[in-house]
Amino acid sequence: MPDITTRHRPLALLTIVTLAQVLLLAFQVRHVNRVQRGDVPLVRYWAAAIVTPVERAGTWTLSKIGGIWTGYIGLRGTRDENFRLRNENDQLKLRNRELETEAGEALRLENVLKFRQAHPEAPMVAAQVVGSSTSMVAAQVIGASADPNSHTVFINRGERDHIRRNMGVITPDGIVGKVVEVFPDTTQVLLINDRESGVGALFSATRTHGVLKGSGDPEPRMEYIVNDEKVQPGDAIVTSGEDRIFPKGLPIGVVADAKQSNPFQIIRVRTAARLDRLEDVLVLLSLQELNLKAPGDSSAAPAKPTSTPPAAQQPAAKASPETRKPGAPQQ
Amino acid sequence: MSWMLTSGMQSETNVEVHKYYGGTVIGAALLALILQAFLHKFGYWAELVELPLLVTIYFGVSRRNPVSGLLLGAAIGLLQDALSHDNPIGMYGIAKTLVGYVASSVGARIDTEHPLSRFGLVFLLFHFHQVVLAITQRALLGRSAPLINLHLFLASLISASLAVLLFALLDRLRRPA
Repeated sequence: MPDITTRHRPLALLTIVTLAQVLLLAFQVRHVNRVQRGDVPLVRYWAAAIVTPVERAGTWTLSKIGGIWTGYIGLRGTRDENFRLRNENDQLKLRNRELETEAGEALRLENVLKFRQAHPEAPMVAAQVVGSSTSMVAAQVIGASADPNSHTVFINRGERDHIRRNMGVITPDGIVGKVVEVFPDTTQVLLINDRESGVGALFSATRTHGVLKGSGDPEPRMEYIVNDEKVQPGDAIVTSGEDRIFPKGLPIGVVADAKQSNPFQIIRVRTAARLDRLEDVLVLLSLQELNLKAPGDSSAAPAKPTSTPPAAQQPAAKASPETRKPGAPQQ
Repeated sequence: MSWMLTSGMQSETNVEVHKYYGGTVIGAALLALILQAFLHKFGYWAELVELPLLVTIYFGVSRRNPVSGLLLGAAIGLLQDALSHDNPIGMYGIAKTLVGYVASSVGARIDTEHPLSRFGLVFLLFHFHQVVLAITQRALLGRSAPLINLHLFLASLISASLAVLLFALLDRLRRPA
């Protein structure tokens, strides 16, 4: 009899350990609200505390080795100049995007005005989604997820640098993702190609709105675009600002290919930011506040950066159904 | 049997049980997790390799003790879950617990020292791991997950090839009998 119990001990332990984990999974599925509320499970906290210092050290070591090579063995002056020019180029790129967005908006408003002048009898209400984000913090990518199917990265800035959940993360080339977990010195960023990600997006040329959703593949999909809409490879996609994480007009990427499907097209998007080679990113420190401003309404305040989490701003988002699209992102 | 397992001699099926210097198992497991997370940021090619799985299999087949195999698998899997954002904790834990158990049970019965047998074993256990993951995701989380596709097939071949080299490297950490 003791021989039987000894022989079956591993099997019994296997059953217990597996069942315990199944129960743990079931508990987490039932308590999904707790995760949405922003509580970080203790085990994730510990795991990040164990792994991120080593990743930080690895990144530091690699950057130092790289720095010695390029800064000393290579031409030091050229490197400095290149660094300065690159920074300047990044700033100009961002400024250029802003101006492009403003010019596009001016053109659209001009068309609306012309239409209004041509049809003075038609009653119209115009609303504008306004929001701005200017303060950013630069961060370095120090690691990624240990799960091959999860597209997240860790950056070397955290709560102490005023980073909060749901802040947008970008590069001068395009958007990268949003902050999902904040630790004291590090932050976990969910990339836009993760299957859990969703970003309010629109086609730059046609202004057709959709939702950019991650598929788990390197290339995310632009969803909710009807088959009648003409979409060509190379069409630029920018943020729509509807998710209240990214300001309107930031580049997302271009259409890689589009296929007709039922009920919507399947559109794969080549991201503007190189998500597989991220090194330095910018965190948008201001969460977007959605203000709906009617023309002539002088009482409507201009957009102000706020640190209030988007969940607390629901009433503002519901103010005008005209500005909301079906399938708006659920970030 | 237990005397043989702890003494590092021969099991009842005449398969050698290996022991390691103190801290080797924990160190290798942590290093695999850290490397996996670290390499992931250098490109999508890192998704083709599953270092934590390889370490689970290696110590499972080498130590040939189902209890330590499944516990190591569970620990590595839970840590891997904890380092991702969108996985509930336990998903990789369950898969690696079963892989650890199966690897150590198989290791106690057949010779796993030859590179070819290692390649075959890792190839099969990679797909077993994926099947368990897919079933867990479909049944418990209601997510769609592939049982097999070209990407996974390629990943299993690359992981199995890497395992042959990695296992040879880890063999050097064995304590002499």
